[in-house]
Amino acid sequence: MTINKSAVALVALGLVAPFILYPVFVMKVLCFALFACAFNLLLGYVGLLSFGHAAFLGTGGYITGYMMMEAGLTPELGILCGTAAAATLGAVYGKLAVKREGIYFAMVTLALSQLAFFVYLQAPFTGGEDGMQGVPRGHLFGLIDLSDNMNMYYFVFAIFLFGFWVVNRTIHSPFGQILKAIRENEPRAISLGYNVNDYKWAAFVISSALAGLAGSTKTLVFQLASLTDAHWHMSGEVVLMTLLGGMGTIFGPIVGAGAVVTIQNYLSGGELGNYIHIIMGLIFVVCVLAFRSGIVGEFNKFMKKNFS
Amino acid sequence: MSVDYVLQTSDLIKEFKGFTAVDNVNLNVERGTIHALIGPNGAGKTTVFNLLTKFLIPTSGKILFNGEDITQMRSAEIARKGVVRSFQISAVFPHLSVLENVRIALQRKEGNSFHFWKSDKVLNKLDARAMELLEAVGLQDHAHSITVDQPYGRKRALEIATTLALDPELMLLDEPTQGMGHEDVEVVSDLIKQVSKDRTILMVEHNLHVVSKLADRISVLQRGAILTEGNYETVSADPRVKEAYLGVAADEEESAPAKAETESADEKVVV
Repeated sequence: MTINKSAVALVALGLVAPFILYPVFVMKVLCFALFACAFNLLLGYVGLLSFGHAAFLGTGGYITGYMMMEAGLTPELGILCGTAAAATLGAVYGKLAVKREGIYFAMVTLALSQLAFFVYLQAPFTGGEDGMQGVPRGHLFGLIDLSDNMNMYYFVFAIFLFGFWVVNRTIHSPFGQILKAIRENEPRAISLGYNVNDYKWAAFVISSALAGLAGSTKTLVFQLASLTDAHWHMSGEVVLMTLLGGMGTIFGPIVGAGAVVTIQNYLSGGELGNYIHIIMGLIFVVCVLAFRSGIVGEFNKFMKKNFS
Repeated sequence: MSVDYVLQTSDLIKEFKGFTAVDNVNLNVERGTIHALIGPNGAGKTTVFNLLTKFLIPTSGKILFNGEDITQMRSAEIARKGVVRSFQISAVFPHLSVLENVRIALQRKEGNSFHFWKSDKVLNKLDARAMELLEAVGLQDHAHSITVDQPYGRKRALEIATTLALDPELMLLDEPTQGMGHEDVEVVSDLIKQVSKDRTILMVEHNLHVVSKLADRISVLQRGAILTEGNYETVSADPRVKEAYLGVAADEEESAPAKAETESADEKVVV
């Protein structure tokens, strides 16, 4: 199946999904899928493991929440503000982080995201441990009432498709070619005259902006911005989603996010709720040990082996 | 000064925690020549090379390219000025196609390398030029194969094609025939001869057979310092060169059994 056919299938699936499944659940999946796609742009296509992407998800969420509640903006402007804030934070963090490589890059991003976390814990506007509750969904462009779940759903779906398109365009662009070259052989890219840190930084900003977009959207869906989104657990979860789905594949992060959110939803309701972290940890271990290319990666390999 | 030098170093020194790896090296590379840097293992050839390409920062001394001081410039910057290097291990982008490898190099001058909103189809106009370069190194039939699946000799040829794509004024080749079989060595050294037209090449090379065939001028390094310079006849007749190679010949035989080619060439100097 080609990428285009898969994309058409994805759109069709997205359009009918709210009639089959609970819309809020699908919206949650879409927000995390966008988050994971943004993360995958860095890990899968530039080879940078950020361990601080929660900071951008959280920033998007808080700023959008604040703008909706205090400034009374319309949802599209609120989301724009959240995304811009995450991109700005990403620009600063990225500038500091791309100077380091490998494990040090991961550590710098983790440290910086913890910095953001403690700011959100202490700052008066975030509501600390309680989070920012009762964020209004508002009227899209002042017209469409988003408190209706179906309206909200299609708005979220449109945002997701936009974000997904941006990631794909970036990967398949002249810029994306250079990113892949850096991932493949960084010294060689330097010797061909590319300032690789500038490229890494630009990719970092795009990725953090999209992570912020996901966080902003999520805040509107749940009418809540909380510390969970900025916590380092969240940075770990997005790694799990991406690895489980298949890092460096177009659809992997979506499948991974879908799988993780579904598992969490089922478990948290049932009697296994207390063991949720153990189960997720086990999945992580199995994934890393047994099938490193993830669900989509393994599927692609299988198709290549048997049908081509 | 009547001779036109592309690259000059003056009193180049590199120390690693008290150990002087490169000691007062004054190198003059004449325009339009193939200049070889040779010397026994551990003589500091690769360190000099890394200094010239800015992958290492010199402790003191100056590097001049076309008379301009490039000592403080970054790697990517000198690459844009026209000093392009190859690596000891073959430097390719393994999971891209052979054609894409060359295109990455061609793309830089297009000025669209930050355009993340454009389709990569805009790069297709570079394909014709990329194919030309691949033909020049005999890889035209493999353009659409994935690079990682290619044999070593082809990767090496691809690397040269990629370097040529930048049309560098000065090409720095780090052991271009290292780890190659007999036939590949011939192919690659012919290739170097062929691409040396209209440009200057500075190469570090272990294989003295290749050096004798290609190099117009040779600098012999020993313990980080230049021992002697001249053409192949002068250098190979120099008793100090024989001594330098004799002193390490025994070690080399143990450490590099795969370098039969090199050993036999070494003997030529010794005898």
